Amino acid sequence: MDRDATADVNAPHSMGTTIIGVTYNGGVILGADSRTSTGLYVANRASDKITQLTDNVYICRSGSAADSQIVSDYVRYFLHQHTIQLGQPATVKVAANLVRLLAYNNKNMLQTGIIVGGWDKYEGGKIYGIPLGGTILEQPFAIGGSGSSYLYGFFDQAWKEGMTKEEAEQLVVKAVSLAIARDGASGGVVRTVTINSEGVTRNFYPGDQLPLWHDEVEAHNSLLDILNASNPEPMST
Amino acid sequence: MSSIGTGYDLSVTTFSPDGRVFQIEYAAKAVDNSGTVVGIKCKDGIVIGVEKLIASKMMLPGSNRRIHSVHRHSGMGVAGLAADGRQIVARAKSEAHNYESTYGEPIPIKELADRVASYVHLCTLYWWLRPFGSGVILGGYDRDGPQLYMVEPSGVSYRYFGAAIGKGRQAAKTEIEKLKLSELTCLEGVIEVAKIIYGVHDEAKDKTFELEMSWVCDESNRQHQKVPEALLEEAKAAAQAALEEMDAD
Repeated sequence: MDRDATADVNAPHSMGTTIIGVTYNGGVILGADSRTSTGLYVANRASDKITQLTDNVYICRSGSAADSQIVSDYVRYFLHQHTIQLGQPATVKVAANLVRLLAYNNKNMLQTGIIVGGWDKYEGGKIYGIPLGGTILEQPFAIGGSGSSYLYGFFDQAWKEGMTKEEAEQLVVKAVSLAIARDGASGGVVRTVTINSEGVTRNFYPGDQLPLWHDEVEAHNSLLDILNASNPEPMST
Repeated sequence: MSSIGTGYDLSVTTFSPDGRVFQIEYAAKAVDNSGTVVGIKCKDGIVIGVEKLIASKMMLPGSNRRIHSVHRHSGMGVAGLAADGRQIVARAKSEAHNYESTYGEPIPIKELADRVASYVHLCTLYWWLRPFGSGVILGGYDRDGPQLYMVEPSGVSYRYFGAAIGKGRQAAKTEIEKLKLSELTCLEGVIEVAKIIYGVHDEAKDKTFELEMSWVCDESNRQHQKVPEALLEEAKAAAQAALEEMDAD
């Protein structure tokens, strides 16, 4: 074999990813998987792809891990200065605009898709999708990353306007789980961040507690449990 | 009120022994000697009015505008040296444009006022620049509602309910204080501003004048624009009538 066995370990980190942002009646919910891969090797199986920019604005990152991190660092820096100058929290629109200016003006060098979500007192909860070329699109919900391909039909069916916080959270978790099930580049756990007038809440859904689909098997801790079972005899005919 | 600053007034980078910068005070005099500019904040918007003293009968009515739009949502009335005022307006337009390009939203009026004030102040810091010989009244309507600011040649900027600069500012301020601004709509405010300007104009000392007015309010869809022709005529007529009533006493 001419392929070096360690090629994957040193390759650039990419987040295959499934990321989602959804508005509900009162705020937004951001959701993501937790797999960071370098080639076929899972470099981090519990990464946090939902990153804070300000107290009230968070982003979901997909694509190149390095590119998305640097973009979010710059925007956090600019937003911090902007907040000091303005004397009040920045709006979600301003945060999204700063992200897209970086994404658009450096489109030849960057490879990252970003979903900006947050809450401000003027517009309430808002989601902005900023895919690869640096377009900015305000949407009631946005999906991104390699896993999102499997979710377009799902959202067409399941999305509705004016959901409650609980409905929206369940929708996000279900969607990410579906994508994890079908997309090899997404996996691990599901993380969600809820942002509304009251503040920010983080939630965590471990991989083995995600809803199962028709052809999946119940999770087992270990097949060695059979030794502790009541009847340790081999199967009888 | 005026004092001679002999020796300490040659440069804007010199303080007098009693802590004054005379060049800035002299710049303010240029504003004080110009036609009155009045601005008021009504409950649904801002009205700005200017007493435009006409230098020559040859001038076309409506020319030499003293009120300029800075952005869709804001405008400023200028007093003092006209050319200096034009520079301030140009800078304000540029700041507003740059802000929107970077942040994706119209510039908050407070931020615009801060930037204009910083720029005017900048020109009082170097010996090779002279201070602006003009002051502006900036009015705008952003997502925090209508706001009125005034920027003086020294670079100070405050937010106001009502402001006046120029020749008739003392009399104008007295008249403004009589108004119940929080209950006034802009439609009513336009009439009041016209009355004030006609009231403070000194027939004896000055030549004829032209009234220029603009507003930014709910009526105008939160856009800064000239007060519509019909309303302007109505305001002028009301102001004339009020003047005649006063003279009749």
